[in-house]
Amino acid sequence: MSTPFSPLGRALDLITRVRGVRGAMVVSRADGLVVAEQLMEGIKGGAVAALASSLAGRLQRAMVSAGLGPSQFWHLQCDHGALLVVPAGEGLLLVAVTEADVNVGLVRLELLRAAETGA
Amino acid sequence: MTVVRAVETWTLEPLTQYVTEAGARLVLLMTPAGQVLAQSGFSRAVDVMAASALGAAIVASTNELARQMGQPPFAGLTHQGRRHGIFLSAFDTDRGTLVVLVVYELDASSLGLVQLFLEQLVADLRAASPKAGVPKQVLAADFERELNDSLNSLFGR
Repeated sequence: MSTPFSPLGRALDLITRVRGVRGAMVVSRADGLVVAEQLMEGIKGGAVAALASSLAGRLQRAMVSAGLGPSQFWHLQCDHGALLVVPAGEGLLLVAVTEADVNVGLVRLELLRAAETGA
Repeated sequence: MTVVRAVETWTLEPLTQYVTEAGARLVLLMTPAGQVLAQSGFSRAVDVMAASALGAAIVASTNELARQMGQPPFAGLTHQGRRHGIFLSAFDTDRGTLVVLVVYELDASSLGLVQLFLEQLVADLRAASPKAGVPKQVLAADFERELNDSLNSLFGR
């Protein structure tokens, strides 16, 4: 979807280089559509994007209701992997799909770095 | 929970599941001619009739536009407003081509969710749809009664 030479492609490239990352996506927060993706075969990017953006909206409301402000990073750990998400700017989400034994700190760092560069 | 009402009962289960999963506010399932098979969220017959007529007209217009461009018909049409989004899509089943019109609230759903669960809806409708048979001859005398029966089904009267 994105070329490795585009800014989005470069950002995703850095995230997917981390060992254990099975894919990364830039998702439009408002409509839940994929803006750019680098995913391994078998990952349904459209479904992950739609559900992650829906979850982001609900989490945002929960955080604000709890007086905690907007979320900066979330980590959903499952039996066979994890979903790591960082809001990027006003309208985007950076999403990483990882294996269970991934270095979460390193992926988080790359996601935050990509978000800062405006991916 | 939003109630789904159907003229053709085989559409009921797939549509009920779709409305729940996609978080849709209003859903209308119809033929390209505007004949309504099922609806969810509408409370007045006049709204259903207006939405089905307008939806059918949009599908006809966009199909013609695609034809003039030498393209196959558009798979979907989306319009996003400030608070609501509208999604319109046509697909083939054994019952013939069907059109689904979905209205969703932006703070409760998204285009991504509406499209994502539409794939499942289409698959479920294709699996549930009756095989096309010989079309029944429509008599003028039956038309009004059938129309009233359909409206009663759609609004649970």
